[in-house]
Amino acid sequence: MSALPSFSKADALASTEKVHNLSGGARVWSWRYIVLRRFTQVGFLLLFFGTAHWGWEVAKDVPLLAGNLSASKFIGLIPLTDPFAALQIFLTGHVLQQESLIGVAVVLGIYLLIGGRVFCAWVCPVNVVTDAAGWLRNRLGILAIFHLPRMLRYFVLAASLLITMISGLAAFEWVSPVGMAHREIIFGLGLGFTALLAIFLFDLLILKHGWCGHLCPLGAFYSLLGKTALIRVRFDKNTCTHCGECAKVCPEPQVLNLKKLEERGVVFSGECSNCGRCTPICPEGSLKFDFKPLIRSHNVQADAIAVQRRTK
Amino acid sequence: MSEQGPGGLNPTRRDFLVKLAQGAAIAGTGGLLWDYILRNEARAAPYALRPPGALAENDFNAACIKCGQCVVDCPPLILKLQPAGGNLPIGMPYYEPRTGACIMCPDIPCMKACPTGALSPKLKRIEDARMGLAVIDIENCLSYKGLRCEICHRECPIKGKAITLETHPRQTSRHAMFIPLVHSDACTGCGICEKACPTTIAAIRILPHKLVQGKIGDHYRLGWTFDTEITQDFVPEAASPAAAKNAPVPKTAPGMDYLNEGGI
Repeated sequence: MSALPSFSKADALASTEKVHNLSGGARVWSWRYIVLRRFTQVGFLLLFFGTAHWGWEVAKDVPLLAGNLSASKFIGLIPLTDPFAALQIFLTGHVLQQESLIGVAVVLGIYLLIGGRVFCAWVCPVNVVTDAAGWLRNRLGILAIFHLPRMLRYFVLAASLLITMISGLAAFEWVSPVGMAHREIIFGLGLGFTALLAIFLFDLLILKHGWCGHLCPLGAFYSLLGKTALIRVRFDKNTCTHCGECAKVCPEPQVLNLKKLEERGVVFSGECSNCGRCTPICPEGSLKFDFKPLIRSHNVQADAIAVQRRTK
Repeated sequence: MSEQGPGGLNPTRRDFLVKLAQGAAIAGTGGLLWDYILRNEARAAPYALRPPGALAENDFNAACIKCGQCVVDCPPLILKLQPAGGNLPIGMPYYEPRTGACIMCPDIPCMKACPTGALSPKLKRIEDARMGLAVIDIENCLSYKGLRCEICHRECPIKGKAITLETHPRQTSRHAMFIPLVHSDACTGCGICEKACPTTIAAIRILPHKLVQGKIGDHYRLGWTFDTEITQDFVPEAASPAAAKNAPVPKTAPGMDYLNEGGI
């Protein structure tokens, strides 16, 4: 391993300067993943909604995407099942039908490949609410009242499974704001939006990134699935000036622990949702989406280039 | 240096134990609250009318994934998912016959759409579905007032089996009546009758079996019906001659003791 390049504080400040002096066009371009994420989030909702309300079909009597995020069927052929919901139902003692097991396999397969928490950032409708709360909180400069460990979500996850076994009811599915929001947008409004409002206020005024980052057991479940992802953010230690702009925009800043990133060369934590906030903001281009199996060789190349540049 | 505090207490250990207790307390109260919310939410389950093939209440509560595929696939679009804050358990499908009755599709598309088996594929014929049971409010039923209504009887998709008419001929100062009677062995609970009932508030309504159906109990012997089995108490002696010779003759027969004891 080559020795780490040492950057001075001035380098970091220069990087920060770059971020804050982005031209209008570059600024808008740096929002590309956020726009794309809103597009997929609303897009999935629209597919479900259109199928339920406007009878969207690919052929006669073949609905496009029937159901909701808990379970659905794509073009009347491919079942999709929320693996966490299925796990809870399994723990109530109900033997799931083959169709939902296939659906679990499909969904698990997808998220094991692209990253578990890709669900959180690219599909989950609650993310729109918590992102809005996070943005507003930043804007208003609201200070923290208290801190909670990010580990808490895994305890909530464990509790939801335990309570499922005790009560014989899928504990999270019965109270899930994610499910409520999604169901009520597609199948008729109720008081589910009050849950969303509560989450918004909680995230805005009480705890920063409170719901998605500390409490949601579904996010915790997908975090545990995140290890095998093939798409991850590559970290180039040679160009990073430690300006910290990435950690400022990241909803899960603990995944950007620079010491560990320098060791591994990749944002490896399952808690990273591949949301794409850090990659466009990084003024040195040190963080980039990459194909996981190629990351090691890409980093070796980057190291070589850096050594060349320094010896020149 | 040992970490012994006053009274021989180890402060690190004490701190750890307190933390452990605090964690357990948070988990315990949180868990109890969560469990309470769940049970409270499931409390109204007995009042819901579920789509055909639905498992028994507790199993259905456990198995339904709240996906709404039955709702999408219901041709008359009568199924709804209960939104949060409603009267029924959250997120699960139900129907209200007065506004939307089940039309009893022969291919049962809602059941086929269910991915988890909460609507059980064991249901092969829609006539075997038992979604609920029609119950007549005889105080408000037009037929019981002597009017010729019988709309429920005529509209019933299992005509002549689920609802029959019983005639009561005219008596002095009493109108002739054609009274609808519901038979639970054929009624599916589709609710066409409730939807069709012309009274302001339906006089025939679908209710879950659990709320209306009694149980006679196994110990009643209806001796006058042809198919009632003869119980052991009344097996004639001649039926087992070999045993009868050696066996001590019982002085009393169970259930009839008091006749011979003169204790009354």
